This record gives sequence, structure tokens and C-alpha cells, in this order.
Amino acid sequence: MASNPMYQFNVYRIGPEIKLGSVDISFTNASLFMVISSLAILIIFNLGAKKKTLIPDKLQLLSELSYSFVAKMISDTAGSKAKPYFSFIFSLFMFVLFCNMFGMIPYAFTVTSHIIVTFMLAAFIFVGVTIIGFMKHGLGYLKLFVPSGVPMVLLPLIVVIEIISYLSRPISLSVRLFANMMAGHTMMKVFGGFVISLGIIGGWLPLSFSVALTGLEILVAFLQAYVFAILTCIYLNDALNLHH
Amino acid sequence: MLKKIVILLFVTCLACFNTVFAAESGGMPQLNPEFWISQIFWLIITFGILFIVLTKVILPKISDNLETRKSQILENIETADKQKEESQKKIDEYEKIILDSKLKAKSYFNEAREKILDDINKKRAALEKDLDEEINKVEKELSDLKSESGEKINKIAAETSAELIKELIGEEVNSSSIAAIVEDQSKINKVGKNV
Repeated sequence: MASNPMYQFNVYRIGPEIKLGSVDISFTNASLFMVISSLAILIIFNLGAKKKTLIPDKLQLLSELSYSFVAKMISDTAGSKAKPYFSFIFSLFMFVLFCNMFGMIPYAFTVTSHIIVTFMLAAFIFVGVTIIGFMKHGLGYLKLFVPSGVPMVLLPLIVVIEIISYLSRPISLSVRLFANMMAGHTMMKVFGGFVISLGIIGGWLPLSFSVALTGLEILVAFLQAYVFAILTCIYLNDALNLHH
Repeated sequence: MLKKIVILLFVTCLACFNTVFAAESGGMPQLNPEFWISQIFWLIITFGILFIVLTKVILPKISDNLETRKSQILENIETADKQKEESQKKIDEYEKIILDSKLKAKSYFNEAREKILDDINKKRAALEKDLDEEINKVEKELSDLKSESGEKINKIAAETSAELIKELIGEEVNSSSIAAIVEDQSKINKVGKNV
């Protein structure tokens, strides 16, 4: 059973069963890793923010570099109007990044490899961005679906396509992260299985491949967190600065 | 490109596993809704706490920190600029002082030289005047002596010749005639000498 590459994605209950009414909200391994990731972020950044020295130490430098990295990302993609949403995007980026990175530890559970988690995040972003757009521009936000400079004949078609692409945003956003995480972890598990099944003579090739894949997966873990955050910024930019 | 390959691999893997393990494990655990509500619940709780603590406590601290550093650096640069300006001013002042003192020294030197030259000239003039006076005096004495000596010599010569004549002849000769003769003789001598 453990050789099944999908087995690593199983969610199981840790501790007692907790029921809220008729709904099961038990603490699971997924919940455990969410808590671990959040705690790690809070501890690292709290330590980094605690000391106020002119010349930063390592943790302080880390937290300040992350801060300016996310700040630059937001101001580059969404402009200065997106500043109030900085802390949300920072939390989002750090949460996804830490969940991805904790998933790279052997036997750890990858929170972001579950479609329900990524979809919830994406749906929240989608709803939030839509609300911000309508609050900023009123019904004028619907102009987002009518690109300028399109011939009148094509307009009905374009509007339909734009609406579909807008509505598919949360799906594409969540599936991108979930699929990348799941694919990478599945592949690593498969190659790990090959190492065992091919034995000491033939196992070296998949082993070296596995090592290379680990590096690639760490890159993907960072990249997907970055993509998730930057796409959020881009959606936010659409809602804040309506220019089509 | 990389992503495409990964996704392609993923799809093929998924297809394989779905056919191979479908009967065994029931496909992807992600699509099993048993713990969906639990995951959503814990996601909201953990992410909510993370978001609130980051927003209220940690991020303001980091931003404060960055701001203080920025302002401190700016301040330091400002002070450095100010100090640089001040030092430039002081260097200018110093150079001016040196220039001034050089000029002063030159003027002192010139003054002293002029004074000394003046002094020398004055003293020389006084000395020359003294010398001239002395020379004049001596010349006058000399000329006095000269003019006096002629008469005296004539007188002495006349007296001596009168005495001599008296001794030789034993009689008195008219002194005036003798004086005339002596004068004649001295004139002839003078003329002869002059010639």
C-alpha cells in the first residue's frame, strides 16, 4: 500500500474526532502541516522583526528581504494602489511557500497538493478581487469584459470569452498549484519506488534522477508560490486600475 | 517548457496509476470529500491567525525597521555632506589665512627693507655731509695756510736777509727795499716752478 505513489496524499485523522454539528472538523495531518507552516512563518518573522539594529543579522535580513521582495512584486504588478493589500499577499505568498517547502521534507504532508485547499485560497482571492473591483468602479467594473479597440462584430464573442476566462481564474489558479505539487511529489515517489525495485545494480539511475528531481521540486515549490502571489497581484491590478 | 513537461509527465503518470491502482485505492485521495470540510476549517483558522498576527504585529515592525534604517542612512548622509561642506569651508579659510600671512610677510619684508635702505641712505648722507664739511674745513685751512705761508716766508726771508746784510756789511739797509726784492724773487720762483 505504501508503494502507491498516491498514498502520500491521504488525509487521516490525528487524535479524536471533532464534530461541529454533523460536520467532521477533526484535526488531520493536513491540519498539522498547516499549523506547522504558519507557526514556522510566525516564529521566523517574529525573530527577524524583534531586533532593531542598523546592521541586520541573518534572520532580520531574511525577513526584511522577504518584505521588500513582496513589496516590490506588488508595486511592480499592481502599482501603489495595492499597498493596503500588502499584508494579505505577503501572508498568502509565505503560507503557500512554506507549505510547499515543508512538503519537500520526506514523509511530510504537502498541504498545497490538495485541490480543496488551493481552491479555497483561489476562490477567496477571486471573490475578494471581484468585490474590490465593484466597490472601486461600481458597474463600470464590467468594462473589464469589453476590451477597447475590438470590432463591433467580434464584440459579443470577445465578451463571452472574457467572462469565461474571468470566471475560470480561480480554477486555473488553484489547479496550477495543486497539479504542480501533486505531479512533482508523485514523480519523486515513483522514482523512489524504482530505486527499490531495480535494486543495487540498476537503482543508481533513478536515484540520481530522484536527486535532480528534488532540486527541481524545490525550485517549483518556490516558483509556484511566486506565481500564485503574482497572479493574485495581477487580478488585484485589474480590479484596482481598470484599463483595458 | 519545464512546466509543460512536468504536467505532461503528471498526466501520463495519472493515467497509468488510475488504471493500475484504481481498484486498489480508489484514485486520487484529493477527490475524496471525507476531510474537505476539516481542511477548509483548519485552513481558515491557520491562515486567519497567520494573516492577523502578520498584519497586526510582525509586518509593522519590519516596515518600521526598514523605515528607521532608511531615515537613519539618509540622516547620516546628510550629516556627512554637512561635515564635508564644513571641512571645505575650513580648508578655504585656512588657505585664505595662509595667503594673507604670506602677503603680510612680504609687506613686512618690504617695509623692513625700505626702512633699512632709508636708514642707510640717511646715514650715508649724514656721513657724506660730515666728510664734505671736514674736507672743506681742511681745504680752507690748507688754502689759509698757503696764503699765509707766502707772506710769512717773505717776511722771514726779508728779516733774515736784513740780518745777514747787517752782519756782512755792518749797516742798516732799508727794510722795505729788501722786502720788495724778496717778493720779486719769490714771484720769479713761483713763475719758474709753474713753468
